[in-house]
Amino acid sequence: MSVRRLDPVQPDAFKFSPANLKWARDQMKKYPKGRQASAVIPLLWRAQEQHGGWLPEPALRAVADLLDMAYIRVYEVATFYTMFNLSPVGKYFVQLCGTTPCWLRGANDLKEVCRRVIGEQQQVTEDGLFSWLEVECLGACANAPMVQINKDYYEDLTAESFEQLLADLKAGREVKPGPQNGRQFSCPEGGPTTLMNGAAESKKSSAAKSTRTTKRKPSTARTKSATKRGGK
Amino acid sequence: MPKLIIDGNEIEVADGITLIQACEEAGVEIPRFCYHERLSIAGNCRMCLVEVVDAPKPVASCAMGVNELRPGRDGGPPEIRTNSETVKKAREGVMEFLLINHPLDCPICDQGGECDLQDQAMAYGVDGSRFIENKRAVEDKNVGPLIKTIMTRCIHCTRCVRFMTEIAGVEELGMTGRGEDAEITTYLEQGMMSELSGNVIDLCPVGALTSKPYAFAARPWELRKTESIDVMDAIGSNIRVDTRGREVMRILPRNNDDVNEEWISDKTRFVWDGLRTQRLDQPYVRVRGKLKPATWNDAFAAVARKVKGLSGSKLAAIAGDLAGAEDMFALKDLMTRLKSANMDCRQDGAIIDPAKGRASYLFNSEIAALEEADALLLVGTDPRWEASVLNSRIRRRWRAGAIKVGLIGPETDLTYEHDYIGAGPQSLADLASGKYDFFKTLKGAKRPMIIVGSGALARSDGAAVMAQVAKLADAAGVVKRGWNGFNVLHHAASRVAGLDLGFLPGKGGLDTAGILKAAQSGKVEIVFLLGADEIDMADLGKAFVVYIGTHGDAGAHRADVILPGAAYTEKSAIYVNTEGRPQMADRAVFPPGDAREDWAVLRALSAELGVPLEYDSLAELRSAMFAEYRHLAMIDEIDHSDGLDLSALSAGGARLTKQPFARTVTDYYLTNAIARASAIMGELSAMKAGVEKTGTDG
Repeated sequence: MSVRRLDPVQPDAFKFSPANLKWARDQMKKYPKGRQASAVIPLLWRAQEQHGGWLPEPALRAVADLLDMAYIRVYEVATFYTMFNLSPVGKYFVQLCGTTPCWLRGANDLKEVCRRVIGEQQQVTEDGLFSWLEVECLGACANAPMVQINKDYYEDLTAESFEQLLADLKAGREVKPGPQNGRQFSCPEGGPTTLMNGAAESKKSSAAKSTRTTKRKPSTARTKSATKRGGK
Repeated sequence: MPKLIIDGNEIEVADGITLIQACEEAGVEIPRFCYHERLSIAGNCRMCLVEVVDAPKPVASCAMGVNELRPGRDGGPPEIRTNSETVKKAREGVMEFLLINHPLDCPICDQGGECDLQDQAMAYGVDGSRFIENKRAVEDKNVGPLIKTIMTRCIHCTRCVRFMTEIAGVEELGMTGRGEDAEITTYLEQGMMSELSGNVIDLCPVGALTSKPYAFAARPWELRKTESIDVMDAIGSNIRVDTRGREVMRILPRNNDDVNEEWISDKTRFVWDGLRTQRLDQPYVRVRGKLKPATWNDAFAAVARKVKGLSGSKLAAIAGDLAGAEDMFALKDLMTRLKSANMDCRQDGAIIDPAKGRASYLFNSEIAALEEADALLLVGTDPRWEASVLNSRIRRRWRAGAIKVGLIGPETDLTYEHDYIGAGPQSLADLASGKYDFFKTLKGAKRPMIIVGSGALARSDGAAVMAQVAKLADAAGVVKRGWNGFNVLHHAASRVAGLDLGFLPGKGGLDTAGILKAAQSGKVEIVFLLGADEIDMADLGKAFVVYIGTHGDAGAHRADVILPGAAYTEKSAIYVNTEGRPQMADRAVFPPGDAREDWAVLRALSAELGVPLEYDSLAELRSAMFAEYRHLAMIDEIDHSDGLDLSALSAGGARLTKQPFARTVTDYYLTNAIARASAIMGELSAMKAGVEKTGTDG
């Protein structure tokens, strides 16, 4: 992370769209009178969405005026939270997790792909399609390594599949969020290892001692009952 | 009343205070950076860690209330240790962290020698650092012409941010970014537009915010410190004048909880460069239309030639806003001996009649009583610019949610919410008759207060306005047993002393307006101006003007004879503030060149005029003055013996006019001759007026 500053190139003005303005006023109503400033983060977030993924300076003022806050107070919030982008981002904004689990699983290879395909961090490609940023843990360690592109997670990446993903996005082809290696959610790689019928289980656990099998049984029962409860 | 054991000594402390305050009461010094008793608690520097016995880790004493502590293991009072090995280690650790990114540039730092970080590193730190990584560097910020920033030195205590937000009421400073990238800045580096911004220089515990005009000018240990009184407004802020040789190097506040707490306004703090420029350092006499340097004898002779043989009614004197009590006493004495009754200390034409009692022109509640007030009506005054320090007290009370403020006069940003009632006397009359809701607020309040400013009194119907205010005060019960909420807020530092001393038209004498009129018609031939620069000099007609003052301002330009006097830092003088509190300023430096203290000039002149004053020293003058006006001898104390008679006040005055109250302070930074001579004040004035300097216009 480095010092975050406003972008040197700024638009002249920012105005919430009528729909967003109405939404913003609804957000403000959530808080008691005089405490409308509590809505600063949702409003900034909506402003960022409206303005192509980044916050221009006029938007900070627009939010401050709407919430009757001093400009500096909104500026503090915008610079504090790293999910507010203060400079333009690409149409596809790649946030690459570089924290330990992802790093152990090959995040550095993905970074290399980013550098090769997109360029340096926080620089938008000439066609305006891509920019990338290394971020801290996004909480998908079970599917490491992963990236977040706009609002979706793309997980279980390799250098090849990631490069393909970027190529598909560039070509405008449809892509599928989630694990990219055919895995279902964060189920074990290569298919389920639990909750299978007895045959499969006994076949798989040929090496396993009987103690293990007995150990697994109660846990299976628990999961089943949990599923039942959840299904109600 | 919780009991604590602090370093083995049992002590009983008040409820609701913090541990750091309890330690102070126990006489234990706790190092701190972010904690400041007049600001909210931040708890982010961690320097004030103490050991609470049986607590799992050291506790930040500034953020721990004494009532929150658990009793000791045996049921006894909680035990605090401030000198244990744990505390020593904790402090050393915190200090090491603070110094990780702090540059070792004390030799070129203006804070050096009076730096909290330097002192506390010596007292509580270790001698080395284990940090071998790169230190961070932070870009300096431009926050205006008063404050120099060297942001690499900043330790992020946020005292400045809290001061600007809480006390000054101008939310301009903030901390942006986070963690290692945190920075203190204004929004897009706009200059701070506050009249109290200079105080952040004192608050900054390191050298991150220092005085720009004073940059690299002096070291604290080579300055001579003199306790003095400010004359930029009528609050009489307690100041310390730091001098080197014959020059005033800077002005700092002194703590006085009754008057200015520990704040001073920017004008008070930065006006000192005006004491060096435009000075009158020798007498001048006008010869064939041009002012020529002269000796004292020539100048006195020129005055004597004119005065001799004239009857007293042809002489007049006007005292300016910065005159000391002694100077006015001497001038009044001289005028009396010359048999003239034409004198006035109200050069703005304020209509105040001291015959109605001293309490009719004082800030009777005293400034500190604002802490108790729960309803406040401002009449024809803008305390933010007329008495900035006082305004910060009202703001604090408002922030506590304990006061409702109403305003009659020009609408303005007071830094706190207020009910705007109206612009002129009509609104005042309507309010008194209960037309506005604010009347109920005022009447229902336990400690109601009315502050009348010069804007309401310095007008032709001033007496009627005062009468109307008195009626309102009576109707709303502003004056009651044990509480006098009737207050006059003056703007001129000399005003209350002038009124006390009766520097006013005597029997058959003329007031300021009368003197100017008579000067034009030729009925008054000689006018003495004691530092009076705020009158329209064109109104003096063909009169022979003797100007006794310090700066080449309006008065000196009009003068026929200039007798150079001493500025407020150059004489020992008594100033009576708007509360009626006499305070004594000491001489910090000598007047420049041939200039002399004003009373001494008047004494010498009196001898030339053949009516010698009967005192040859300041001590003799003072004893003569104290004999006549005993309350002036009660330095720092207020004489309330002259009670307020509202009925006498409400009787006076003719009809109210419809004219709205005018602003007393139109250009805050240029209200007197010293400020007008100051380059810094000029720059601030231009900045406030929104004049954008391009950098090539000078």
